[in-house]
Amino acid sequence: MHALSSTDLDVGSRELVVLLGPSGCGKTTLLRMIGGLIEPTSGELSIVGKPLWARGERQSEALADLGMVFQEANLFPWLSIEDNIALPLELKGMRPAERRARAHDLMKLVGIGGFERRWPRELSGGMRQRAAIARALSYDPKILLMDEPFGALDAMTRDALNIELERIFLATEKSIVLVTHSITEAVFLADRIVLLSPRPGRIDRIVDVPFARPRTLELQATTAFQEIVLSLRARLAEIS
Amino acid sequence: MTADNPTPPPQLAARRGFLASREARIPWITTPLLLAIIVLIWHAYVRMSGISPFILPAPGAVFAEWVALLGNRRAWFHTGMTVYATVVGFFWAALIGVVLGVLIARIRWLELTLNPFIIATQVIPKVALVPLFVVWFGFGITSKVIVAGVLAFFPILTNTVLGVKSIDEGHRDVMTALNATRWQVFRRLELPSALPYILTGFEVGIVLAIIGAVVGEYLGGNQGLGQLLIQAMNGFETSQMFAVLIQMSLIGFAFYFAIGLLKRILIPWHATGAS
Repeated sequence: MHALSSTDLDVGSRELVVLLGPSGCGKTTLLRMIGGLIEPTSGELSIVGKPLWARGERQSEALADLGMVFQEANLFPWLSIEDNIALPLELKGMRPAERRARAHDLMKLVGIGGFERRWPRELSGGMRQRAAIARALSYDPKILLMDEPFGALDAMTRDALNIELERIFLATEKSIVLVTHSITEAVFLADRIVLLSPRPGRIDRIVDVPFARPRTLELQATTAFQEIVLSLRARLAEIS
Repeated sequence: MTADNPTPPPQLAARRGFLASREARIPWITTPLLLAIIVLIWHAYVRMSGISPFILPAPGAVFAEWVALLGNRRAWFHTGMTVYATVVGFFWAALIGVVLGVLIARIRWLELTLNPFIIATQVIPKVALVPLFVVWFGFGITSKVIVAGVLAFFPILTNTVLGVKSIDEGHRDVMTALNATRWQVFRRLELPSALPYILTGFEVGIVLAIIGAVVGEYLGGNQGLGQLLIQAMNGFETSQMFAVLIQMSLIGFAFYFAIGLLKRILIPWHATGAS
């Protein structure tokens, strides 16, 4: 069975692409394929010009340019926040002092400075997700892949983290591919929205979102914003 | 950023800590108090009922006998033998239990092959095998070590299997996305994740190891606290039996405490390891 039929998509440098679609459209499958967690049965994936798969093996050069953030923060409860963020660097063999300094800087960037020695269970859901973003950024990948990163958070925290994510996006100059089923979140964050339709999953259409950055929550009240939201909602109702 | 405020209110945290520490102190008061009450009732009963000291000696007589035991070099030799059998048996049980547990949890065909045998050996009352071990390994220390080890082995094995199998899929995704090697996954994810389970297995295992050592001593040889107890029984020295029981219980507490300490050192992040 194929969850996803042939899909052609290019993500530009410093671009924020949102994969939007109803459940069962394969958006998470597509993201996990881009992240190397699932091998595509056919087709090619290349990351910054380097193939992700070759002879059935994932290529570490391509993986080095990918950072993943999941719906759950997935922090290791036995590591302090600092050690969680530095984990990818530890796996790559970086010296403790060096990776601690890097984790410290990243924690300031994502707004959780001062919590270095805390256990994950001592942090709120929003703060844990910030730490997960910092961990994905630790080895400076060019592309950040985010699978419904704020889906498990309450609405207010979600708004706050949407603004924070844009700030981090602008500050770090990464490309981001983000999966969501929230239309508002998609329009608020995206440069381009890839609308996926289900059974089998395929690209329905690609919508450009022209708003200037940095965006504010007031933008959501404007007619131009609402028009994009409404047209997407109408199209989603047709295809799901 | 009002909804996701990263600054904890410091007074609140401090207050919670204060209350928690006060609550934690309760057993330090209630335990000696309850013990004192039990000893008092025991003493009163012996005094008023006029029960024979061969059946129930007074707490004072038991205490005096225990103090005498502490001053007796032979008694320390017996204590040492029981501790030795327990520790060595537990050591092998822990080593083999953890290694085999990790393998069983990770290698599907090994699990399918061994599972019926593991269940079968779980069901057999292992203490009933002690006479057989005496026949095979003699009346010396070896049979005690083996009984202690066999009893401690199964909770350690089953807890290790459970621990390795309970690893969060999301955590695995993180390691896969980071392209971690098999060894890194084991060392940085599987081992720490399974450690609380393994240590719980140790906690059960060490107590069973003591039981195994003592039961082994009951049935054979002339060494160990189990043997000392049997000798006291044969001589109708009931207060001495109680003294040996106290000694055994203290060993049990010491080992249980040692595992607790290990938990605090190895898994301070886990609820069962927190002080």
